[in-house]
Amino acid sequence: MGSGADSERTLYPYVTGSSVVAIKYKDGILMAADMGGSYGSTLRYKSIERLKPIGKHTLLGASGEISDFQEILRFLDELILNDNMWDDGNSLGPKEVHNYLTRVMYNRRNKFNPLWNSLVIGGVKNGQKYLGMVNMIGINFNDNHVATGLGNHLARPILRDEWNENLTFEEGVKLLEKCMRVLLYRDRSAVNKIQLK
Amino acid sequence: MVKEQANWSPYDNNGGSCVAIAGADYCVIAADTRMSTGYNILTRDYSKICQLADKCVMASSGFQADVNALKKNLYAKHLIYQHQHNKQMSCPAMAQLLSNTLYYKRFFPYYSFNVLGGLDSEGKGCVFTYDAVGSYERVGYSSQGSGSTLIMPFLDNQLKSPSPLLLPAQDAVTPLSEVEAVELVKTVFASAAERDIFTGDKLEIVVLGASGIRREYMDLRKD
Repeated sequence: MGSGADSERTLYPYVTGSSVVAIKYKDGILMAADMGGSYGSTLRYKSIERLKPIGKHTLLGASGEISDFQEILRFLDELILNDNMWDDGNSLGPKEVHNYLTRVMYNRRNKFNPLWNSLVIGGVKNGQKYLGMVNMIGINFNDNHVATGLGNHLARPILRDEWNENLTFEEGVKLLEKCMRVLLYRDRSAVNKIQLK
Repeated sequence: MVKEQANWSPYDNNGGSCVAIAGADYCVIAADTRMSTGYNILTRDYSKICQLADKCVMASSGFQADVNALKKNLYAKHLIYQHQHNKQMSCPAMAQLLSNTLYYKRFFPYYSFNVLGGLDSEGKGCVFTYDAVGSYERVGYSSQGSGSTLIMPFLDNQLKSPSPLLLPAQDAVTPLSEVEAVELVKTVFASAAERDIFTGDKLEIVVLGASGIRREYMDLRKD
């Protein structure tokens, strides 16, 4: 009787991306993710871009189900398009995108049909740096450094120890490369090709 | 055909504790700033306190996504109230609104344990304590959250509130001064952070008095 409705719910993820790590540095945001997409324990895709720019001010990184990430990109496309249509000189910043995505994720969770992703949203608008995270049940927060998935366990401690307000671009890149190296050593689903934006 | 069960839970507990103490003409509301999930810390700097109206502050612990949705809901309803009545909601009115909002979702609850503090229309401190589905009571002091089992007995010992069943009705507010109440809150959280793994990092204290609102921060154990 309810089987039609059941077959439309996400029950478990199929093609997943592993962690995303991001930090604030002196002049903005740095985000890194590897380019692998795993199908269970097989490394099926080795060149998936999991970091995408949104509008003029924001970067979005996702771990979790890749198809749900692509659907989120379609939602955001529509959002940015509508924003541009206003043609009022104002554009959506990272805080607004974060808020929008939090609402989307929370509402999907309320319908018991979550988008199986942990998202990192970062950006700079009018000189203000912003870095936030949303996960699939709608938990959201913003902080000076964030990581999803295994990155929370492996990368966050390194960041807590070595992060400071005034990282230069080069120092920030080195710090993120260090985190990604640790993830490569210890995360089964990581690949050795990364995207850093 | 067997119906497949979702193998994830729509709820999570992000931990934390909150406390509120009512005084003769002030109210102290405090909460720690740690947000955790399972055995991990997500962030050390997350505010669990929000000001709903001029004289009304809410502190919540539990599942933060639900808490945020609840806050948005209350903000919106308060805004409509202000447009319709041309005044801010009083604390007892907000208390009833919060109870109704929580019960509205009785069959898919907001996993949020709240403590509402503020000044009533006579300027006296008032504290309302809630459970996840909206049953509430006006009390002189209260604590909710992961550390409440550690904090509540201590507050009972220091602030023993008269039973609401007593006749003639006795005032539940504490005779302590504002400074003494803030000191008590700091002591209580320092002890809770020792033994409760979900409480720690920083303490945010909000004091609502006749002269307005004041915020204070104190460091807690980071482990």
